[in-house]
Amino acid sequence: MSTADAVAAVLWVGVTLYAVFGGADFGAGFWSLAAGGGERGVRVRSLIDWAIGPVWESNHVWLIFILVVLWTAFSTAFAALFSTLFIPLSLAAFGIVLRGAGFAFHRIAPGERERRVSQLMFGLASLVTPFFMGTVVGAVASGRVPLGNAEGDPVTSWLNGVSILTGALFVATSAYLAAVFLVNDARRAGDEELERYFNVRALAAAAVAGALAVAGLFVFRADARYFYDGLLGEGLPLVIASILCGGAVFALLHSGRAALARVLAVGALVTMIWAWGVAQYPYLLPERLTISAGAGNYSTLVEILIVFGAAVCLVIPSLGLLYTLTQRSLLEGEVAAPAQKPNAEG
Amino acid sequence: MDLSLPMATDQLLVAREQMAFTLGFHIILASLGVGFPAMMLIANYIGLRREDPVAIELAQRWSKVAAVTFAVGAVTGTVLSFEFGLLWPEFTGRFGQVFGVLFTIEGIFFFLEAIFLTIYIFGWKRLSGWAHFWTGVPVAICGIGGAFSVVAVNSWMNQPQGFTLGADGSVTDVKPLKVIFNDAVPYEVPHMILAGYLVTCFLVASVYAVGMLRGRRDRHHRLGLLIPLTVGCILAPIQFGVGDSAARAIAKDQPIKFAAMECVQTTHRDVTEYIGGRCTSDGIKGGIGIPGLDSFLVGFSTNTKVTGLDTVPPSDRPPANTLLHLAFDFMVGVGSALIALGLWFGFVWWRKRDIPKTKWFLRAVAVSGVAVVLTLEAGWIVTEVGRQPWIAYEVMRTKDAVTASGGVWVTFVLILALYMALGVAAILVLRSMARRWREGESLDSEVPYGPGEGPPAPSGGAGT
Repeated sequence: MSTADAVAAVLWVGVTLYAVFGGADFGAGFWSLAAGGGERGVRVRSLIDWAIGPVWESNHVWLIFILVVLWTAFSTAFAALFSTLFIPLSLAAFGIVLRGAGFAFHRIAPGERERRVSQLMFGLASLVTPFFMGTVVGAVASGRVPLGNAEGDPVTSWLNGVSILTGALFVATSAYLAAVFLVNDARRAGDEELERYFNVRALAAAAVAGALAVAGLFVFRADARYFYDGLLGEGLPLVIASILCGGAVFALLHSGRAALARVLAVGALVTMIWAWGVAQYPYLLPERLTISAGAGNYSTLVEILIVFGAAVCLVIPSLGLLYTLTQRSLLEGEVAAPAQKPNAEG
Repeated sequence: MDLSLPMATDQLLVAREQMAFTLGFHIILASLGVGFPAMMLIANYIGLRREDPVAIELAQRWSKVAAVTFAVGAVTGTVLSFEFGLLWPEFTGRFGQVFGVLFTIEGIFFFLEAIFLTIYIFGWKRLSGWAHFWTGVPVAICGIGGAFSVVAVNSWMNQPQGFTLGADGSVTDVKPLKVIFNDAVPYEVPHMILAGYLVTCFLVASVYAVGMLRGRRDRHHRLGLLIPLTVGCILAPIQFGVGDSAARAIAKDQPIKFAAMECVQTTHRDVTEYIGGRCTSDGIKGGIGIPGLDSFLVGFSTNTKVTGLDTVPPSDRPPANTLLHLAFDFMVGVGSALIALGLWFGFVWWRKRDIPKTKWFLRAVAVSGVAVVLTLEAGWIVTEVGRQPWIAYEVMRTKDAVTASGGVWVTFVLILALYMALGVAAILVLRSMARRWREGESLDSEVPYGPGEGPPAPSGGAGT
């Protein structure tokens, strides 16, 4: 494995972490939006709020990690992506602003109306942001991003079958992952009705994501041939592992074994992400730029690996401390509800 | 006057406006991100040391304000990282592998800051006093570390080094340590970190000064004023010295930026220092001139030669020299005024162990909060506009860095609207927090990164 490959692997670890943690957050936003009004909608949202709680926005630090590693290690690919895909990436950035604002303000908002606006913003942004990110991935997979400054088509590069399907797949996968997580959270909160509520939705989202993935194979075959060949070639073991995990989640949800379903749902996503990576290898931009050709200076790559090592040593113990503290106090029920709002309905 | 929308005809101008606006917005939040944790820790320390519940309460509230500003700052910071590609793909495409080294380090600091801020806010009720205090210390340290990394990137743009440029424009032989500790770091980084602290200090002090002017003269307000004001008044003269040496270093490292700041048209000795005025091709018009002072400030002798704008062709000179000159004067002027405010405060405190009684003092502190923010922007205008037409000084022109993608003016208009709403919302939220605190609410569970409410009541249970 070359140094450039090692840095690409580091980048992929970031992508994987963002897909799992950020994806679950986007999905939670989706369910918050889909819950609608009424008493149950309020309950669904307060469960979501409680479940993603304090670790919520830390998850999105992974996005910054991805961007920084990409532009530092693979500067030319970064420039090509962000100039040709100016529109979807701008829209994704707007989505992130709205989501973040929703996060910052939704609980502290001065009044009920402002709170509702924040929640709506958060929900809508959670829906559109992964979609646009998916169109970007679709543009890469189908080889529509040439090198250079805005050399690709500003519109058709990301508004095409592969991109739209990948965008939809991102939304569905996020929703599926979040629903599986929320089944567990509802159980932890002792709310059987919401447990069933999310169980049904997890199954539905899994079915939609599965259908989109199958449809995706046909679209990729027609329009992203290199990628398709990679998926069914060297990526095949990972694809099969992903399908097995996904199928097992389906069965486990049916039989009510939510805890194991959560682990396997993450497994299905992680194997899918790495199947994508393997399918693209050795290209950063399929058939246009390889990892080794796109990699920056050797000393820069080494520096990234050193910093990544330092990050692992510093960030993981800190995150561990955070999760331990939050989980313990949640489990011990120490987080009393000083400002628990009385239920509107009597 | 031409009020028409900047259309796609001037790609460079619109891209620069968008960058200026988003960075100018973020820099306020970033400054608070650097300085606020220190304020909250000082209050926390005093509270623990003197067993002072009022100081502890201040620390609690400040940590919650820090959470809100940090959450908004995280968003506006993410937008900036998108803009490296969306607006300046040629710059990042070529030099990302050079300056990116610093951002990878910044990433660690940012992540740790987010984690420990969460732990600190979470820990108010769950950790014992001093253990909790120590979980806050990494927040302040990471704030400084993050500021170092980001500002060092800007320093690198002012003094690009640590790489070799091939004949075809390709970058080779990157030396990360030369990039990280580039020549502009020793003056630019401390100047900006101190600026972050000063913005926090005087902004926070001004809030309590306004409260006291409205008759809220309890111990809470007194301490809320005293802590940041004391720190700010100690740092202001230090900042003045750092700024002064920065100006001298710029006269040496970026003589054209300096010439534009002072409107020095031709290279000569015994250069007059002008305060205020308008920059014309014949030099300053309408300002107050002090003969020889400019030369003296550059080299401690009126005989010092100061490089003029005429040493480079017009295409290599920065635009908007009057703006640059006035922004520089404003920065120096406010810096001096803050020192005067500190002397006033220090003298009265020395004689009477009290805040000056006159309302004019509180009014001055109230104004200082707005003034520091404007000064922050002025300083940033000096360094950024003053570096033009270069994005990386004498290595790459801004016009060669900009995206070829259409539609930048659309994103600029959208960003303007979005950020206005974000700014208004942030201010409304902070004001409502202040109001609810006065009404006796604790807001423990409602701030970002806060512990949240307990698990929602199961169905059927709560509704009955």
